[in-house]
Amino acid sequence: MNGIVGTVAVMSGITGFLAFLLTLALRTVGDYGMVEISINEKKKIEVRGGDNLLSALSSEKIFIPSACGGKGTCGYCKVKVLHGGGAVLPMEEGLVAGDEIDEGVRLACQVKLKEAISIEIPEDLFNVKEYSALVRKIEDITPKIKHLVLEIVEGGEIDFKPGQYVQLVAPPYEESDESVQRAYSIASSPADKDFIELIIGYVEGGVCTTYVHKYLKEGDRVSFNGPFGNFFYKDNDREMIMVAAGTGMAPILSILRAMRNSGIKRRCSFFFGAKTKEDLFFLDKMQNFKESLFDFEFVPALSRIGPDDDWEGARGRVTEPLIKHMESPENKEAYLCGSPVMIDSIVKLLIEKGMDEELIYYDKFQ
Amino acid sequence: MNGLNPFVLFAASIFTSNMILANFLGMCSFIAVSKDIKTSLGLGQAVTFVLTFTTVINYLLYRHVLVPMNLEYLRYIVFIISIAAFVQLVEMIVERHLPILHHALGIFLPLITVNCAILGVSLFMVIRKYSLIQSVAFGFGSGVGWTMAIVALAGLKKRLNESRVPKGLKGAGITLIITGLMALGFMGFSGMVQIS
Repeated sequence: MNGIVGTVAVMSGITGFLAFLLTLALRTVGDYGMVEISINEKKKIEVRGGDNLLSALSSEKIFIPSACGGKGTCGYCKVKVLHGGGAVLPMEEGLVAGDEIDEGVRLACQVKLKEAISIEIPEDLFNVKEYSALVRKIEDITPKIKHLVLEIVEGGEIDFKPGQYVQLVAPPYEESDESVQRAYSIASSPADKDFIELIIGYVEGGVCTTYVHKYLKEGDRVSFNGPFGNFFYKDNDREMIMVAAGTGMAPILSILRAMRNSGIKRRCSFFFGAKTKEDLFFLDKMQNFKESLFDFEFVPALSRIGPDDDWEGARGRVTEPLIKHMESPENKEAYLCGSPVMIDSIVKLLIEKGMDEELIYYDKFQ
Repeated sequence: MNGLNPFVLFAASIFTSNMILANFLGMCSFIAVSKDIKTSLGLGQAVTFVLTFTTVINYLLYRHVLVPMNLEYLRYIVFIISIAAFVQLVEMIVERHLPILHHALGIFLPLITVNCAILGVSLFMVIRKYSLIQSVAFGFGSGVGWTMAIVALAGLKKRLNESRVPKGLKGAGITLIITGLMALGFMGFSGMVQIS
């Protein structure tokens, strides 16, 4: 009996001593006190030191995009650190390019807060919020594409630029054990601040698209966050060339709606590619734009036309009518939306036709 | 107590009883962190530092606490927690006061808590009944040997990146084969001195 008590006492003594040492160290050496973060030289927040920048910012409701959750593997959470971030860590070197490092770009998840720090983030990120919404409408617009209207019930009004996207959260459900987020462009007008519309295609085996297509019903609650993205309407007087296929119509629709709401007078042509007649949707909306917009042309192109189909529009890929349209590249800018393959080929084509690469804006749907 | 000269022990722990190449201890970080020479050297330095000090601490704990109280059988649990506590303590102190060193070693320190080479050295020290001086020589030498092995592997892997490796062997497969060949090479040293 004495043996047992003695052993336990010795072990407790050793463990207790080490625990004491560590606690002492945490209180003295490990305590960095309150640290001030100055963002874009105008907003200042105070947080407890010792934490990393990414989680400190998210606890203050400033959401920096991050896919890996702070493990330092995705390289999305880049911020510009003006001073106070400490040295660049070896694991950042693989994800931040050399010239970016010279400018002070760091991964927020790897910057430990030890002293007052001053950072620069894109102004838009202040605007990113989390929303909870009710599914007001979910309907098939083609056999593989659904149109969703989500009415925001929590999170307040949404403020976005036409063309930007949100990340929709698919909770764990029967076919998926974990919660995932996927990006979908907003199709509604920025003037509508209490609901958003999304256009979501079905992808075989896709976690989020399966959730939306097979499980989501009207009246369900969903959450999303945003807005994000650098693809949005640029205000000038150039003629606009828009090219999209399938669900790529969503951000274009948002841009067209915004133009109609603000009464913008620009010449604008929208080339839309689909396989069969069944894959076309929102033709009534496009007809409506023709009547209500200043100078709008909608050019659908079908690549597979059945023998019985009554189709008078363009045949083949969307590139053919586009080439005809692009005889002179002057004073034009392009907005492209669709698969990476489609975008790469169209960008190449537009550059060949003499368009300035900087005036081609695109959003690659993965 | 055996009468090996500490310098002999130091050399032996690098060449003939190398922790990785003779004992196959500490393999996980050896394989995972050997992608580039600079990082391997950083990890190697951290391992050497922690190995040397934990061997001393565990020597003192074992000889002056566990042996007098006949509690030698508690050595596994005692060694493990003393290593874990030491690593965490060092990490906190280095991070605060030696930012440059933390920059070089910082991210590796937590990895070392669970590096079995560290526990292995402490246990060898007990089994082989080393004195304090011998333990320091053995701990430090094992660290140097571990560093040498991982840096050598990182150099070889760099060469491998430029050569064609059969698909089925890419990654860990070819690394294990190379490690085996390095171990065979080091067997050539085994005639010099034997410590176990």
